[in-house]
Amino acid sequence: MERIPILKLGPFLLVTIQIDLYDRLALNLENDLITMVSKTSAKGVLIDISAVNIVDSFMGRILGNIASMSRIMDAETVVVGMQPAVAITLVELGLTLQGVHTALNVEKGMELLQKMIDLQYGSLDEDEEEEPDDRTD
Amino acid sequence: MIVLTKDTMQILREQDVVPFRNRVRELTVKIGMSLVNQTKLITAASELVRNMLRYANGGKVILEIISKSAQSGVRLTFVDEGPGISDLKQAMQDGFSTGKSLGLGLPGAKRLVNEFDIKSAPGEGTTVMIIHWKHGR
Repeated sequence: MERIPILKLGPFLLVTIQIDLYDRLALNLENDLITMVSKTSAKGVLIDISAVNIVDSFMGRILGNIASMSRIMDAETVVVGMQPAVAITLVELGLTLQGVHTALNVEKGMELLQKMIDLQYGSLDEDEEEEPDDRTD
Repeated sequence: MIVLTKDTMQILREQDVVPFRNRVRELTVKIGMSLVNQTKLITAASELVRNMLRYANGGKVILEIISKSAQSGVRLTFVDEGPGISDLKQAMQDGFSTGKSLGLGLPGAKRLVNEFDIKSAPGEGTTVMIIHWKHGR
């Protein structure tokens, strides 16, 4: 069965959707991604849809599902590269992709993921460094 | 209204959906429809064809290029012999679904195209007709 490859890039998973999705393929991707998040303890998922011409309500729901499921597994999801025509269509269709972070391209998406992770873990590291000092004082 | 070209596609399996969407795109390109309008029509078609597969085990779609007062457009007619819809008013409401979907299919598809017509009765199947004009909004 056809599958969409998932690449591991440091703490992130990168998915580039290069073909038109049909429902089964989208469901497989949802499944594979969540399994990979769990297996690799990824902190972020980046989905590049720049080559996708059509996002309908089903596909939109899958993107939302991936974001919610990943969040439960402690990973953030960013969808990048949405074509303008797709964005216009999605909003008119009534789908706002709530809870899904978006960025214009892969580069900006990576920056966004990095920032979100720094916010979560960067501040933690600082606390850990400061805490021993506080105690000795 | 003049019918310029007409053909029919059977939609019986999920795998028929991608070739169907491609066929619709060919027609929109043929009449020089803008990319946004192409995307809206194909997304609407994608919603309707999914409904046909999910609720009626498939059906057929009549694809036509039509012309009315010097304007060309694409007309798609989705015909199935499924169980039909008992309450059309309810089915056309945002967020209503007898399946597990978001309930955006029918009302969303209607918002995306210039003309929309649905006929259905329990036991008599469902026919949905949509038109998008070349210069439709």
